[in-house]
Amino acid sequence: MAGKKKRSQRFYDYSLLFTVVFLTIFGLIMIYSASSYKAQIDYDGNAAYFMIRQGLIALGGFVVMLIISKMDYHWYARLYRLAIAVSWILMIAVSLFGREVNGKKRWIYIGSIGFQPTEIVKITVIVALAALITRLGRNVDRLAGLVRAAAIVLPLGAVVAANNLSSGIIICGIGFVMLFVASKKKLPYALCVLAGCLTVAFAGPLGHALESIGLLQEYQLRRINVWLDPEAYPDSGGYQVLQGLYAIGSGGLFGKGLGESIQKLGFVPEAQNDMIFSIICEELGLFGAISLILVFMFMIYRFMLIASNAPDLFGSLLVVGVMAHIAIQVILNIAVVTNTIPNTGITLPFISYGGTSVFFLMVEMGMVLAVSNQIKLEK
Amino acid sequence: MNQTLTCHRKKIAILCLACLLLMLGLAGRLFFLMVFRSVHYSEMAEDLHQRERTIKAARGRILDRNGTVIADNRAVCTISVIRSQITDPEAVIRLLTEELELDEAEVRRKVEKRSSREIIRTNVDKETGDRIRGQRLAGVKVDEDYKRYYPYGSLASRVLGFTGADNQGIIGLEVQYESWLKGTPGRILTMTDAAGVELDGMPEDRVEPEAGADLVTSLDVNIQLYAQQAAWKVMQEKEAKQVSIVVMNPKNGEILAMVSVPEFDLNDPFSLPEEAGASLEASGLSVEERLNRMWRNPVINDTYEPGSTFKIVTAAAGLEEGCVTLEDHFFCPGYRIVEDRKIRCHKTGGHGSETFLQGAMNSCNPVFIDVGQKLGVEAYCRYFRQFGLLGKTGVDLPGEASTIMHREEDMGLVELATVSFGQSFQITPLQLITTVSSVINGGRRVTPHLALRTEAQEGSRIREFDWPLGETILSEETSASMRFILEQVVAEGSGKKAALPGWRIGGKTATSEKLPRSRKKYISSFIGFAPAQDPEVIALITIDEPSGVYYGGTIAAPVIGSLFENILPYLGIRQQEAAGENS
Repeated sequence: MAGKKKRSQRFYDYSLLFTVVFLTIFGLIMIYSASSYKAQIDYDGNAAYFMIRQGLIALGGFVVMLIISKMDYHWYARLYRLAIAVSWILMIAVSLFGREVNGKKRWIYIGSIGFQPTEIVKITVIVALAALITRLGRNVDRLAGLVRAAAIVLPLGAVVAANNLSSGIIICGIGFVMLFVASKKKLPYALCVLAGCLTVAFAGPLGHALESIGLLQEYQLRRINVWLDPEAYPDSGGYQVLQGLYAIGSGGLFGKGLGESIQKLGFVPEAQNDMIFSIICEELGLFGAISLILVFMFMIYRFMLIASNAPDLFGSLLVVGVMAHIAIQVILNIAVVTNTIPNTGITLPFISYGGTSVFFLMVEMGMVLAVSNQIKLEK
Repeated sequence: MNQTLTCHRKKIAILCLACLLLMLGLAGRLFFLMVFRSVHYSEMAEDLHQRERTIKAARGRILDRNGTVIADNRAVCTISVIRSQITDPEAVIRLLTEELELDEAEVRRKVEKRSSREIIRTNVDKETGDRIRGQRLAGVKVDEDYKRYYPYGSLASRVLGFTGADNQGIIGLEVQYESWLKGTPGRILTMTDAAGVELDGMPEDRVEPEAGADLVTSLDVNIQLYAQQAAWKVMQEKEAKQVSIVVMNPKNGEILAMVSVPEFDLNDPFSLPEEAGASLEASGLSVEERLNRMWRNPVINDTYEPGSTFKIVTAAAGLEEGCVTLEDHFFCPGYRIVEDRKIRCHKTGGHGSETFLQGAMNSCNPVFIDVGQKLGVEAYCRYFRQFGLLGKTGVDLPGEASTIMHREEDMGLVELATVSFGQSFQITPLQLITTVSSVINGGRRVTPHLALRTEAQEGSRIREFDWPLGETILSEETSASMRFILEQVVAEGSGKKAALPGWRIGGKTATSEKLPRSRKKYISSFIGFAPAQDPEVIALITIDEPSGVYYGGTIAAPVIGSLFENILPYLGIRQQEAAGENS
């Protein structure tokens, strides 16, 4: 840890800061690589269209992050009711006035500036749950406490899931992880995890059974079938996954070299977005992909250190929430791209193209850095 | 505010460990995908990315026996425009209109059409293509291609055949030896993006085309030219429909020349000649049928009644069976009555008393009717089959016609009598010359053929075609007798107009009536060979529907005589004393 000095001094996690900077810049490079060919065609020769947009938002987010990181984090605990209210208003607004993209209402436009309110919901859930659990204290293990926590997470998660299943899953996942850390119990959570694992392991037969009794729609069953054997459905649903697998598989050990991907030339749909990890695999190979995973692992390790050493439970839970958010997105994204779980749209934090996502990730990082800044290095 | 408790720290550690384990698991999954499944997915991706363009292989040439090229390839160009690359459309339209002599509106329509690549014209000769390329106009593409080219134009048109739009053989040797001639096309594999646009700067996988092998034939351009000239001459003199000449080596079946005039232009095989077109138009045939007629090779694809030339077969059978000798006496009153039919000799007054040899020299029908009757239906049919007349010759040209013959059980004495002098059945001219070759070459059946070998164009790989001699169909003695008889026919008999001073020539004339006989149309023919005692070359001429005098001995024999006069010295066959003077 940086400089263990006798004198009372505040800690600031520069390792995490640099990891964020590294990931963001690496993300920009990969966005350029993955999108330049299509951008050139779609945006009149402006190959850097996506990279510049993402770069500007990331830069703005970076400044916000630095500001937040230097502030005391306790003040936003008082705002959590307001944040929940705003989240609800935004979610209702998006389902009423949202702009439809690919049949899903996910965007709110204020003037010409558009953003995805689900990203705000995620940060709201983290802050609100941290504040609530801190306030509940030991009651968190009682039924009443659980109900209060669930009353925050589940309705928001449900309303998000209505339009964006994967974000709903992430929100519930964040809530689950935060409750798990706050609670003294282990068994109920372990059972939940076990049940989840079993569901995934027997998804095929289970899906068929659910479909036959009418609980599952046919298109959802098809997603499961596609996941089990993408090569059997190259045109209907399996296309994206299969193209991703082609990209990953053709990368080999060291990849084709930066910028040499073929799959990004229109084969992998939205290569700069959810599927960007497959392009990283193709260009940088197994070596590059595992290096990137190691960087994320390091980031999570830093979160663990900060959470463990946070001056209070609120700060600790804030960091746990952010850690859960990032870990879930990284794991799910890579799992989808490698066809380890059925396809669902989840972006890779800091790397995938998406202005709202990168901006609020920066805000979350600011919060984590603010917590780290409260750690005292004396004793 | 609550403090972070130990249990929280523990749970945070568990959480972190779980995350790290999951990520490690995913790294393992990646390892599996990128190491063990890499080949599989790379191949599938490659399939998806590559577009294949073929490179045409140069077609093998066709050569005559001396190495003269008779079917060659000429570089031609395909002119096309690529719309997205054109910078000055007006200049492009002007250039292409002028150089290609096309209608300006047509060119303008194609240049301005919204398509990635538009072909303006194919089969443009190379000089024009080079001139257009020399202008260096952006967006104009000149692609070189091969087109079949026949340097001798119409020479041996029905034998060589020609190729179609895709350079594939359509008739003749071109189709018969397609698999050797065509070669293997090459491929260019290029990488493309999802929309199929080729990528610049990507390595191309190139599989070079393999040129087809050259086909060396037994044809001799000079003999073919002599024969063609002779055929033209007699066709015009006699205003005949068609004249065919086949020149062959009777010992091994190599065809030296095969002419059927009028020939057609191999470099323009889809145009009907004007006068023939007009006459065929009157016949109410479609263009396609008329073209098919023009392309027919009458020597192989059509049958006819051979007439008196077939007496060679009757004589050979009779001699071989021992039911006649050269000295046997016959009497010709000008006709012979078989059962209830009176069959006339061509000489109405009759030849009177004559030996078998004299009967052959006179081409006397009653003599051969007698020989046939002596043999009987069973023996005659046995020889007919033994000589290979029932089957096909096996020539290496497509579409050989089959013999049309009585069934043995339906054959009565009258049919036997007519068959004996070459009527009431049909064979192809090639079948006749092949059978006669076997009769005079010592008795071995030969397979008439054109292909000698293929040579890869680099000259390295050579494949010889094997044309083994067939069965022995006749004894050497009978063969010798037949050579003697036929030499006498030319020396003093009906074929004497084919005689050449200083050369020993054998042969037989024929004048066949075409069916129906009431039309009074004839095919005059002559089959001749030299040197008579050891034949090196045999030739058959058929003149279809000559006007005026139509006797084979009068009009067909001299053609072969003059042909031999030209080609025997050329073939290196030395003059010899005539047999008649020796004996």
